[in-house]
Parts: sequence; C-alpha cells; structure tokens
Amino acid sequence: MSRWLPRTYLTLVYMLLYVPIMVLVVFSFNESRTGYEWGGFSLRWYEALFNNRAMVQAMWNSLWLALSAATVSTVIGALTALALHRYRFRGKRVLNGMLFVVMMSPEIVLAISLLGLFLLVGLQLGYVSLLLAHVTFCLPFVVITVMARLNGFDEALPEAARDLGASDFIMTRTVLLPVIMPALLAGWLLGFTLSLDDVVVSTFVSGPSYEILPLRIYSMVRVGLKPEVNALGTLLLVFSLVMLMLSQWILLRSKR
Amino acid sequence: MKQTLLSLSDLSKQFDGKTVLDSLDLEILDGEFITLLGPSGCGKTTLLRLMAGFEHPDQGTITLSGQDLTHTPPERRPLNTVFQNYALFPHMSVFDNVAYGLKMEKRPKDEIRQRVNAALAMVQLDDYARRKPHQLSGGQQQRVAIARAVIKRPKMLLLDEPLSALDYKLRRTMQVELKRLQRELGITFVFVTHDQEEALSMSDRVVVLKDGRIQQLGTPREVYERPANLFTAQFVGEANFFAGCVDAVNGDDTITVDVFGLKRTFRKPDFQVFEGQPLHVLLRPEDIRVLAPDDEDGVAGRVVERNYKGSTLDSVIHLDDGTEVLASEFFDEDDPAFDYRLGEPVKVSWVDGWEWLLPQEAAKAEKEALADA
Amino acid sequence: MQQPFRTAVLVLVWGWLLLLVLAPNLLVVGASVMTRDSATFISLPLNLDAYRQLFNPLYLDVFLHSLYMAAMTTLVCLLIGYPFAWALSKVPKQRQMLLIFLLIVPFWTNSLVRTYALKLILATNGLLNNALMSLGVIDTPMQMLYTEGAVIIGLVYLLLPFMILPLYAVFDGLREDLLRASHDLGAGRLSTFIHVIVPLTLPGVLAGIMLVLLPAMGLFFVPDILGGSRNLLVGNVIKNQFLDARNWPFGAAASIMLTLAMAFLMLAHRLSKRRIGEDGV
Repeated sequence: MSRWLPRTYLTLVYMLLYVPIMVLVVFSFNESRTGYEWGGFSLRWYEALFNNRAMVQAMWNSLWLALSAATVSTVIGALTALALHRYRFRGKRVLNGMLFVVMMSPEIVLAISLLGLFLLVGLQLGYVSLLLAHVTFCLPFVVITVMARLNGFDEALPEAARDLGASDFIMTRTVLLPVIMPALLAGWLLGFTLSLDDVVVSTFVSGPSYEILPLRIYSMVRVGLKPEVNALGTLLLVFSLVMLMLSQWILLRSKR
Repeated sequence: MKQTLLSLSDLSKQFDGKTVLDSLDLEILDGEFITLLGPSGCGKTTLLRLMAGFEHPDQGTITLSGQDLTHTPPERRPLNTVFQNYALFPHMSVFDNVAYGLKMEKRPKDEIRQRVNAALAMVQLDDYARRKPHQLSGGQQQRVAIARAVIKRPKMLLLDEPLSALDYKLRRTMQVELKRLQRELGITFVFVTHDQEEALSMSDRVVVLKDGRIQQLGTPREVYERPANLFTAQFVGEANFFAGCVDAVNGDDTITVDVFGLKRTFRKPDFQVFEGQPLHVLLRPEDIRVLAPDDEDGVAGRVVERNYKGSTLDSVIHLDDGTEVLASEFFDEDDPAFDYRLGEPVKVSWVDGWEWLLPQEAAKAEKEALADA
Repeated sequence: MQQPFRTAVLVLVWGWLLLLVLAPNLLVVGASVMTRDSATFISLPLNLDAYRQLFNPLYLDVFLHSLYMAAMTTLVCLLIGYPFAWALSKVPKQRQMLLIFLLIVPFWTNSLVRTYALKLILATNGLLNNALMSLGVIDTPMQMLYTEGAVIIGLVYLLLPFMILPLYAVFDGLREDLLRASHDLGAGRLSTFIHVIVPLTLPGVLAGIMLVLLPAMGLFFVPDILGGSRNLLVGNVIKNQFLDARNWPFGAAASIMLTLAMAFLMLAHRLSKRRIGEDGV
C-alpha cells in the first residue's frame, strides 16, 4: 500500500469532523443576522449573549452544577476505586458490573429511571435532582480513571512509607494521594465536562427552578437558526478544549 | 559471643488455610549477616514481612532485645526494609525519598540535609539528589533504596530479594557492596533470597527454609559441606547420592560402608548407626574424580554428557548399575588425558574423607518436593 | 482505625449505587408492567399492555424506522471507521498521540452545539446548498434538512469517534508478526485479512457497534434539530411518552427493549473476546 492513500483518507475524515466546528466558530463572528453570508467581523452575538440576563444566569447555574457534580463524583469515585482496589468484600463483582452498566447503557434509560425515582419520592426537580443524576453518570468515568492509576500502583509503596515511620494517615497524605492525584484531577475535569455538556439526562430531571445552559441551547436550536448559539457554542468549545488539554497534560506529565 | 538481637519463637502463619510458617523458632544475632534461603513458597518472604510488621503472626512472639514487637505496627519498629522492586516514591526526588524517614521523625531541616547527603555519599550517589527515581538505572535505584532504609540507623535491615531485578554482573557488584556496607554500618542484615550461590557467598549464617520450617541453620560452609538432610543437600548446590549400607561399626570411631561393592571406611556420623543400615553417601560434583578405565580404583561407567564451563569441565557419567554421576573437575593443563569423548569408558572415584553421610529418608518424596518447588 | 473507614466507604458507595442505579432501574421494570394513571403516573393492576402497545403498527413503524436509521448509522460508522482505525494505527507513534487527541475532542465537547453546527451547513439556504449552487452543480436548493439522511449524517457525525476508538485499540494491539506469519505460511493479502485480521479485530468491531448502535436509537435531540417530525428515534418516543403523554408504562417498556438490546450486544462482545483468549470486561 502506498503511503499517501491512508494519509489522504485520514485527512479527509478529520476534515469532515472539524469543518462543522470551524464553520460554527467563524460564523460566531459574523455581523450578518441571516447567518449564511459573511457580513463582516463582529462581536455583536457575544455582546447579545452577555446582555441576556437569563442566559448569563443559566451559565452560572451550569457552571455551579458542573463544579459540584464533578467534585462529588470525584470524591465518591475515588473512594469507590480505593475500595475496589484495596478491600476484598462480597459483591465486588456486582458493584463493578453496576458501574459498567451505568457507563454503557443509553443515557435515556438512566434518565427516565432517575426521573421515575425522583417523582416517586416527591423530590422537587431542580438543582438537587440534577446533581444526583449528574454525579451518577459521571461516577463510572471517575472510577475508571482512578482505577487505571491504582492498577499501575506499586503495592510496596504504602508499606515502604509505613516502614519508614509513617502512620496510615500520613502515608495516605504523603504517598497515596500524591501518586493518584493526576488521576483525580483528570477524573474531575472529565466529570466537569460531561456534566456541562449533558443534554439527555438533564432534559428529564431538571425543573423550571434551575435552568441550565444545554437545555437553554436546546430550546433555542430546535427551531431555525440563532446566531447567538454560534457564539455560545464557540465559547463552550473553547472551554471544553481547555479542560481536555489540561487533563491530557496532567496525565502525560504524571506518566513520565 | 554475639548477643541475640531479634528472637522469633513459635511463629505460625496461615493464609487461606494454607500453612506458610509452622511454629518456627529463630534467634538472630547482633551484627550478623543472616540469609533466609529457600525455594519460592517456603515462607521466607512471609517471615521477613512478619519481622517488618506488614503481617501479624497467628501465633508466637517476636522480641527485639527483650522488647515484645509482635503487635507493634511497622512504623514503630526500629527496623527498615529494602524492597524487592525498591518501592521508591515516584513523585519524590532521590533526596526526598532518602529524607522521608527522617521527616517522619520530625528532625530539624539542617540535620536532615546533612544526613541525607552523607547517606547518598555512602552509596556514591551524591550527584543524583535532585533526580527522580525513573531517571536512574536499576542499580542506582537499588542504592537509593538502601540509603533510604539505613538513614534512620535501624537496629536491623531487612532485604527482600533486593538483587533479583538486576542483571548478573551488577548483582555481583552489589553483593560485594552490600557486604561492605554491612561491615561499615555494623547493622544486622536479614537477607532473603532463593539464589543459593548468593546466600553462600554473602552470609555469616544461612537459614534453609522449606514448607515454613527451618531445615538447617548454620554457616555457609556447614550448610554446604555438612547438610542436615537431603533437601538441604539438594537445594544448596549440586549433589550426588550413592546408596550405601553399613558393613561394620568399628571401635575407632569409624564405620565401614559398602558402596557399589567397594568397602570404604568413613568417620562415624552424628546419627545412630548399626550394621546393615542403609544410608546415603553424599558427594559434591567437585569431590568426584574421573579416572582412566584401566585404573584399579573406582566404579566403571561411560561419559554421556560433557559441558565445558571455562574453569571447570562438567560431565555426566552413566555407571554400569544405572546411577548417574555429576562430576566437575578443574582443568589440569599438564594432564593430556583430561578430556574425554562422549561414550568413552571411564572409572569414577572420589577423594577420601570428602564424603558426607545422611540417614535414609523418604528420598523419593524429598525429590518430588524439590521438583515442585 | 481502618475498619470504620472501610465500612463508611462501602456504605457510601453501595448506598449510592443501590439508591440511584438499582432502585430506579427496578422501578422502570415495575412501571412497564403496571397501568397508566394520570394522577400517580402508574397504578395496579399488573399487565403487559405496555409491551403489547409496542407492537401497535403505529409505533412498530416508528421503531423499525429508528432501528433502520441506527443500523445505517452504525454501518456508515463502521465503513468509515474500520479503514480509518487501521490507517491510524500505522501512523508514527509520535503523531498518533496528536491524532488520538483530535479524536477525543468531540467526546469532550457539547454534542448539541455540534449538531447545531451541522444544521448551519445542511439548511436550505445553508453553506452546502450555497456552495453547490455557486459551483453550478444544482440550480435550486436541495432539501437536505429534515430528512432521514440528515438524521443519519447527524448521528454519524456525533458517534464516529465511538466507533473508531475501540477499533483503533484492537488495531494497535494487532501484532505485526501475526500478519508476517500469515504471509509466511502462504496466505495472500485477502486471505490474511479474512482469516487473521477480521477475527482478531472482531471484539473492536462489536465494541464499536455497541457504542454506536444504542446511542443512535436514544439521542432524541438529533431528529429534533435535523430530522423534523417524521424521522423519530426510539429515544423520541420514550421522551414523549414520559414527558408529554405521561404514559410511563409504555415509555418504560420501550426503554427496557433498549436495555435488552444492550445486554445482547454486551454478551456478543464478551463472547468474541473470549474466543481470542482475552477476558471480557
């Protein structure tokens, strides 16, 4: 096989993946309202975005939700990973299996089951229901990230620390946590992004009291084209990209 | 006479119902280099982990200079460990790794710096303080692990197969270096290995372990030349066993034994002997002499294998009665008849007085156990 | 000191999973065999009406159409992704890192926004139509938006990386010496492909299908944005039944069908891995 054929093919597919994103970014700076012709460079859609109080509120709501969901799921996920790694207990396989099922099952299945639960126990749909749902779908990803790190972890390290005079607590602080820290950070960033971008689950478990960004975008794009969405989408893309690069950088640096 | 430093008494440990240590007693002397030697699964690593405090015995006590340590957590035992794969903290520099133990003692910064630098100088790694463990070679990591373990001036250093990850040449160098360190520091070393050569060349005393029991405890020389049983004889070095039978117990502290129909006189062994008793005559390959077929002494056989080993010539000789004999002879430049061809008839004899007698035991079972290990 | 910590961790983890994973799923199973009720959503008696309703011609059509679109999506993803993953695994390692990074970017970015970006291109007076008209390929704008094709394009666009990544993983692990051994034993390119490459990459193919086919039936916002009212997915039906029609038993039954499909695919994936001597996850 000659070398240019695979290369051309790779390039072509990457172009298909990235052209729509680039179009979106370019059009977010388009002066024209119709959105199909170039009307000159402008920041008017970004301006419109930040002058829209409901939109700004939704942004803050989303950020706060993503922040708390990522944090809670990282704490619980890290503890779960530690328990799976360190302890032997009954039902370990069941626990593993449940996490795997959550990760693999279609989001919509998780969404309706949680909605059913919340309505049945009479939980008001809003921040709390969103938080519970987001933590649940972020959890397996955090567990996997941390587990991967723990599996490469030398079992003798905690013993070496104890041997040199560290108590269990000091050992956890000075050896265990620093070693798994990159995985915790990466897991947190992934959870943050998953939460910030989620549409499917949020559609079901959010209420009018707590409007979040993806749902606001959803209601805007269902009909017609809205230039503000270009600007908002661009911001979200840049934000996610920064998070992703951060997480990759952390993981790469820790591997050296 | 050296004093007892650590004494283990009646130690037993089971894992999942399998006995790993079986009511074991051992006294470790102050300042000695003692090696725990045995095949994998013999309990040597578990024994070391019990001393370090990573495991707790089901039964028995561990006392250090009269103080009961049995249930003391590892962080409060005045012993330190060098781990098999070094267990260096990957997120800390060499300096911080070595300093860790002193930081745990909350020593002043100046003292820490001074002592870490001294420890690194001792293992010739002064220039590597700022490196991370992954930037060091295996041998260098090994030295950091040693520096880290001795910096707290422990009463005892526990080494868990510390050289097993190194290549042959480096292993030899580190063996010499470890011996030097032990002499300089005057610390008791407890060294775990499955490599009998390493055990013999480094230790003051060797503990041969099998199935959680001590088979023999003695100097390397005793263990090699006067093994307590068939297992030790086979595990430590190569061995030939010839079936013998006591022909007569003489008055002058000797016995006459019938081996291959030859009547040989041996010094009377430590165990009880009586006329007609079957026993094993143990001969190391280097005790064996291969003679010309027309020699009047010796047992007839044929050479079936020969391996040139550099300084020695090792051969396998098939005796006429079916016994196989391993022989290892040093080169004799002046002897033109030294080399043999395969299939050549020869006679086999040994140097008088170099043989060792062992009572008959369930030899088959022993051999199988060894093969399993 | 360690025991209370251990207990606390296990209680927290188990509590979370039992309460927010197991209980809700059992609830869905329960709901699917109950009767619709406008006040309490579900009520007794138990019956299989909801499952019977799934085979109502009206819904059956929607489901079959959804399955068809999902299958097409999966097929297109596989056709694009298989050679792509192969080519990717041949790229020098250094550059591979960057290319993989470019592939996982979509996983981290808002899929809604990316679907919307497609709309910019496919709209009647959008970029593609304008480009084609100015090139003189067509005279009048084509109807691309709100078609079955648009939904499939949207789904492929969103799900392609999920097909490529598991395929890349198997190609990356494919040992060159196996291929050389096959050639050495006299197999040509084609028979090596059929007898060695395909069986060894099958787990990746099945993992990819699993990761594409199921979401392709559930991503309800794609038809909402690109497909109009006639190209619905199972996800749209479930959503409508739960949120608009308030028919829980029916929505639950539909979602159980999805779950069963997932279970089936997971089983197939496991078997395929076991066949080549790897432990299924």
